[in-house]
Amino acid sequence: MFSQRTIFNKLMKTKMPTSLIKTPARAFSGGFYNHRSAEDNVEETPFEFTEENYKEIKRILNKFPENYKQSGIIHLCFLAQKQNNNFLTLSAMNKVAKILEVPPISVYEVTSFYTMFNREPVGKYHLQVCATTPCMLRGAYDIMDTIKEKTGIKHLMETSKDGLFTLQEVECLGACANAPMMQVNNEWFYEDLTPENTALLLERMRQGEGFEPGPQIPERKNAEGPQGRTTLTNVEHVFHERDFKAAKEEWEAAKAEQAAKQ
Amino acid sequence: MFTQLLRRNRKLFTAPVRYFRPTQTLNNKFDIFVDGKPITVDSSYTIFQACHEAGVTIPRFCYHERLAVAGNCRMCLVEVEGAPKPVASCAMNVMPNMKVNTKSETTKVARGGVLEFLLANHPLDCPICDQGGECDLQDISQVYGYQESRFNEYKRAVEDKYLGPIIRTVMNRCIHCTRCIRFTEQVAGEHTLGTTGRGNYTEIGTYVEALVTNELSANAVDLCPVGALTHLPYTFVARPWELKSVYSIDVLDGMGSAIEVNYRGGELMRILPRVHEEINLEWISDKTRHAFDGLKKQRLSFPILKTPGGDIKELKWEEAMDIMRDQFDQVSGDEIAGFVGKLADLESTLAFRDLLHRLGCEHVESSSIAPKLNANLRSEYLFNSTIPGVEDADYVLMVGSNIRTEAPLLCSRIRSRVDEHGLEVGIVGYAPNLKHRYSHHGTTTDTLKEIADGSHPAFEKLREAKRPMVIVSSHALSRDDGEAILNNIKAIAESTNVINHEERWNGMNVLHNDIGRVGALDLGIQPYSGKDNIKNKKLVYLLAADEFREEDIPEDAFVIYQGHNGDKGANFADLVLPGSSYLEKHGSYVNMDGRTQIGRKAVTAPALAREDWTILRALSEELGAPLPYDSIEELRSRMSDLAPHLIKYDALESSGFEDLVVKNKRGSSEMNGTTFEDPIDNFYMTDSISRNSQVMARCSKEFNPKKFTNFKEPDIDFAGR
Ligand code: SF4
Ligand code: FES
Ligand code: FES
Repeated sequence: MFSQRTIFNKLMKTKMPTSLIKTPARAFSGGFYNHRSAEDNVEETPFEFTEENYKEIKRILNKFPENYKQSGIIHLCFLAQKQNNNFLTLSAMNKVAKILEVPPISVYEVTSFYTMFNREPVGKYHLQVCATTPCMLRGAYDIMDTIKEKTGIKHLMETSKDGLFTLQEVECLGACANAPMMQVNNEWFYEDLTPENTALLLERMRQGEGFEPGPQIPERKNAEGPQGRTTLTNVEHVFHERDFKAAKEEWEAAKAEQAAKQ
Repeated sequence: MFTQLLRRNRKLFTAPVRYFRPTQTLNNKFDIFVDGKPITVDSSYTIFQACHEAGVTIPRFCYHERLAVAGNCRMCLVEVEGAPKPVASCAMNVMPNMKVNTKSETTKVARGGVLEFLLANHPLDCPICDQGGECDLQDISQVYGYQESRFNEYKRAVEDKYLGPIIRTVMNRCIHCTRCIRFTEQVAGEHTLGTTGRGNYTEIGTYVEALVTNELSANAVDLCPVGALTHLPYTFVARPWELKSVYSIDVLDGMGSAIEVNYRGGELMRILPRVHEEINLEWISDKTRHAFDGLKKQRLSFPILKTPGGDIKELKWEEAMDIMRDQFDQVSGDEIAGFVGKLADLESTLAFRDLLHRLGCEHVESSSIAPKLNANLRSEYLFNSTIPGVEDADYVLMVGSNIRTEAPLLCSRIRSRVDEHGLEVGIVGYAPNLKHRYSHHGTTTDTLKEIADGSHPAFEKLREAKRPMVIVSSHALSRDDGEAILNNIKAIAESTNVINHEERWNGMNVLHNDIGRVGALDLGIQPYSGKDNIKNKKLVYLLAADEFREEDIPEDAFVIYQGHNGDKGANFADLVLPGSSYLEKHGSYVNMDGRTQIGRKAVTAPALAREDWTILRALSEELGAPLPYDSIEELRSRMSDLAPHLIKYDALESSGFEDLVVKNKRGSSEMNGTTFEDPIDNFYMTDSISRNSQVMARCSKEFNPKKFTNFKEPDIDFAGR
């Protein structure tokens, strides 16, 4: 049987004309929506929550009435995923279903809905690059290209050969002021990316060195403006100087001209 | 706060509510305007219901009267004055003086738009689609859709799922109405289907490959508004416009579900459910729907004689009649025994009984696994609280029955009461997977005894409840200690509210899973009285009695079998007479709650096979004891002389005398303390028709591999069907 990724690659190669590659690639960012058995992902794969996580589960379930345990699906799946190297196995989902006393399909429905749940294994660093409008305008695709080039990843949702990186395209993560940005392992934000500092970042990750989340350009602190402003009050020019009267006349002239043409 | 409230009132919120349902009638009426015309509606109505009542058709895909509201197809959009956007009428409640506009430009554009979106990803493969011709999407597009699509992109492709031998999927066609999901969850009680993925990539499926294994699964196919789910056995078989249909009833379980039989020329094509609110709502079981292909295999189409050498000889009717005359001449009346099988209709049963009585034979009984019930009082053997009575019951105790296989549709009724209204169910006996909550009290007759003498908590439940039901399987009653079990149940009925005169309630129910049983009892035919009584019989006549044990028949007796399938009975008979099946004859049947219904003829029986009562009529002429009826009408009027209710079609008559029944205990009340076995071994193979059906063979192989015992090894090849 083909592994999921080979099928995906095949699809990309055979069915999609090159001009369309970008669009479907994004659409597939959640992977496939049916279970694919793999060596490390069959029903029998062992999965057990750790002691601490059981405590956490208890705390979570306390929030909901006993007969509405179903509400805990997202929380529990997230716990399971975190515990299991960012990989939510089928057995983990079944475990969650068992704990919450819901039919397993209810869990599958939720986890396949959200792209944040990785139902296939991801690398040590799961790179979630935002490509919603602000980030895209500020060069998110360049960042992706850099990542692809540096890691040898060819397509989205592919893991690099060394097993370190998985590239995924995601929607806005709410750090638009520091666009473009990416999130790593559902946790750390790296902002103000440029191809150069992305390359550096990847190199550091590969070396296993420490790396600081947050804006990646030295002159920037958090989401402060790039020009060094910290508040809106220390702006000198607030008003646009625009001659509305002249603009209106211009517009009317253009309209009259067009009318005359017809 | 809210959490605490929920905790405190946990009783109120028993089951997690996953869907929104229209509320109960509130008896608070007001006017709304549909297309300018005023109409008075109840405040619980949705706009869709109100429009329906006003006679305005609103197109819909996801809304279904018997399922919870989903509101996800948006086909039912209408304009409501004052609302900024068109609203989904199936999911919106009416409000006083609401002005609904179903003919406006906005509505039209909204509908066209929705259809355009639905069709964007729908493969236009109608020419090779089995739903073609009866497809909601086709019909609605034709009426409300635009002529052409503006969608130039690639259509998406979805994997087909394997859901078992009943449902074929072509998931590209799915429009995500989720009817199939809601059906399997709410009616069939099985949580395997769901929506996975999101947005354009939503899929309907099971995520992990799983079979849809419930007994009602094929109804999901009927519900599917497009061709995404189709009947696997019906794949590429016929087109709806070629089919003719006949309204009939089903005989493969005790319910007598209303069915529509589709045929083309002389060939049966398919069976569909009909709506009957008091029996099957609008569902039928998979066996009812698909077992009829057993009528195309292993048919008896000629009279057959088994010669002493073991050879088989096909006869003409005249020859068969001669042989029978010889045989009957050799024996006296009390050397004859007649047995009526479980699929026999009233007409043939009566003709059979009359004929044998005329020959001086008093030994006419139903076949061997018949329950120990007495034919004298009707309320002893009926399902007294009636099938819709389940809706009124407030406690159910089942004894020795597995209702899911014995009467799947009754089970689904109980299930919806349990899920939605918290009905309590207790079970004594085999603990089946009923797919709803119940408490299991015990597996042996000892538990029943404890309940009967009041030392078991279930007894309190029965006493406190106003309208409790006790359901005992006819299989449990056909055990050796069947009479004792019945006596104990009567004892329970005596000391609890099972028979409640204030509420006009009789909750003592016998669950029959054979359609012929109640009819036979109504005609005064007693259950099988045992092997000893037929020791000296010389001639045994089996009327479609396949359940008869071969070893019970005396060595030297001549066995005549009259029936339609070469099944167990025909195997050991000396003379086989070809009769017709329920789809090939006019006949009436009494279902388990005592309702007489008419089954109609759809096709003619093959070759020399004849309608059963005519065979008996001809035989009576031959034997010099002619039966006094020449047409089915005359036969039926004879029937009404015996039991007038048997020609009151589709009417339920109260049987009365329940107190007498309860007091009248026969035999000892000592049960033998053994466990109740699962009454039906294999749901898919219970009678001569389903045992010969390939589809059923395949079902039992997939769903029930451990109990897969077929009379004949099936060649499972669907391509050539
Ligand atoms: S398969 Fe049919 S019934 Fe099920 S969601 Fe799709 S269209 Fe609806
Ligand atoms: S658009 Fe990238 S974070 Fe908002
Ligand atoms: S019928 Fe109302 S949304 Fe589907």
